[in-house]
Amino acid sequence: MPPDPRLSTPAIADPWPLRDRIAFVGIGTTRYGNFPETDSYGLGCEALNAALDDAGLKTTDIDGLIVNRIPTYERFAEMMGINPQYCLLTESPGRFSGVSMALAAQAIATGAANYVALVYGNNGRSVRMLYGGGDSQWSPWGMTSPGAIHAMMWRRHMHRFDTTHADLGPVSVAFRHHACLNPDAVMHGRPITLADHATARPICEPLKLLDYCLINDGAVAWIMTTAERARDLRRPAVLLSGYARQDAFHYGSAPPDDFWYPNLSATRAVYDRAGIGREDVQGLGIYDNFSPTVLFSLEGLGFCEQGEGGAFVRDGTLQLGTGRWPTNTSGGHLSDSYMQGWGIIAECVRQLRHECGARQIPDVQAMQYICATNIAQSAILRRA
Amino acid sequence: MSLATRPQPLVDNWNRPFWEACREQRLILQRCKGTQKCFFPPAPVSPFTGRPDWEWIAASGRGALWSFVVFHQNYFAGMKDELPYPVVMVRLEEGPFLLTNLEGMSAAELRIGMAMSVRFPGGPEGFVLPQFGPVE
Repeated sequence: MPPDPRLSTPAIADPWPLRDRIAFVGIGTTRYGNFPETDSYGLGCEALNAALDDAGLKTTDIDGLIVNRIPTYERFAEMMGINPQYCLLTESPGRFSGVSMALAAQAIATGAANYVALVYGNNGRSVRMLYGGGDSQWSPWGMTSPGAIHAMMWRRHMHRFDTTHADLGPVSVAFRHHACLNPDAVMHGRPITLADHATARPICEPLKLLDYCLINDGAVAWIMTTAERARDLRRPAVLLSGYARQDAFHYGSAPPDDFWYPNLSATRAVYDRAGIGREDVQGLGIYDNFSPTVLFSLEGLGFCEQGEGGAFVRDGTLQLGTGRWPTNTSGGHLSDSYMQGWGIIAECVRQLRHECGARQIPDVQAMQYICATNIAQSAILRRA
Repeated sequence: MSLATRPQPLVDNWNRPFWEACREQRLILQRCKGTQKCFFPPAPVSPFTGRPDWEWIAASGRGALWSFVVFHQNYFAGMKDELPYPVVMVRLEEGPFLLTNLEGMSAAELRIGMAMSVRFPGGPEGFVLPQFGPVE
């Protein structure tokens, strides 16, 4: 399907009406790994309790609830004893972490709820979740799995821009380096080299094992409220300064032929919406289900020219200590935990609270989140 | 090849004519009457106008290789013996993309942009799957 030329132009580039009005006040994460003794409900409860303790709030304070990858909102709310006035279950793809964040912000700003708890729980590891197979449009031809879609896109990128599989190596290596600084990361203590990336076993060529995210159990919870209420709570408030989104559903069910470049470009509006420019951001959180999405994100948001993502990251640009744009400082989906964006946004908040220890970005004031999918999104968070 | 053990297509009211044509070794596409542009997968309306104003046309069966992958991971019991297997993304002359496999050539011979054409070597019971290879 030919691209829609309107996609690359943001519909709304004005300052965001919600700029700096909504805050993250509680963050909770569980252990990450293989936990057959519990499930996504149990993990979600654990994460929400951690977030409540972090914020200094009780379940009775929560009047808004968004759950994700937990089977039902009713059962979860029943378990936690929450009877909210705003509640929903969002779709399972990881792009819905950012969507959920925006919905919560809108709900708070319009008075639909005062304190929204957002809870993500995933037990994909212990139930041996397979991200592929089953019946779909292309299953008779053996085409399945998100990894294959990204492999198809990356092959086209290599053809069009003379990039190579080796251009993805610095992404995987930087994130693994960060995981080695993060004692909670699944891949803590297991450093890798560019050679390991190059020689890993192929999964769906041109992508190999170290281009793929992890599959692990765990949960993440955030509590959001107004910036005003946040001032009375115990943690340094982290403000949602701006958010931009552009969807692109015109691909005819095939892998996108444009690397989501037009709709990612439209989300550059996030800088105007937040009133915070690219140069004012000290670190990034990029949705890394597969290593190519990191380069698609950097190109789409204008950190480099389209096609130059490989060259841009080659000298350690994304790596703490060496790079201008430390990215996914917890290790990301590739090396920390596959929490589908929820963990990456939690890490942005923790960076801005300056509580990241060995992986702290010095004096960070603003972080940018980017998600390259057919619902392209970017958000900028800052310290209050 | 073991096309006979491939997953069955998901047949619906919109793609049934496509699968019936494949059984007769013909590749057909829906074409929007308002814009003369073709689209795939089959749908109740044209994505270019949103209106149910379209017709089936015979596609040329020719296209160009847009991209390709090679699966090493097994997802379908009936395809285990084919591993590693290629999936190719072909841009048909009429515009739409098809995801398909190779017949009469190997992944090592693929060059992005090369001309390819359709053939109908077989499929799971009751179906024939379009496959692509070098233009003859």
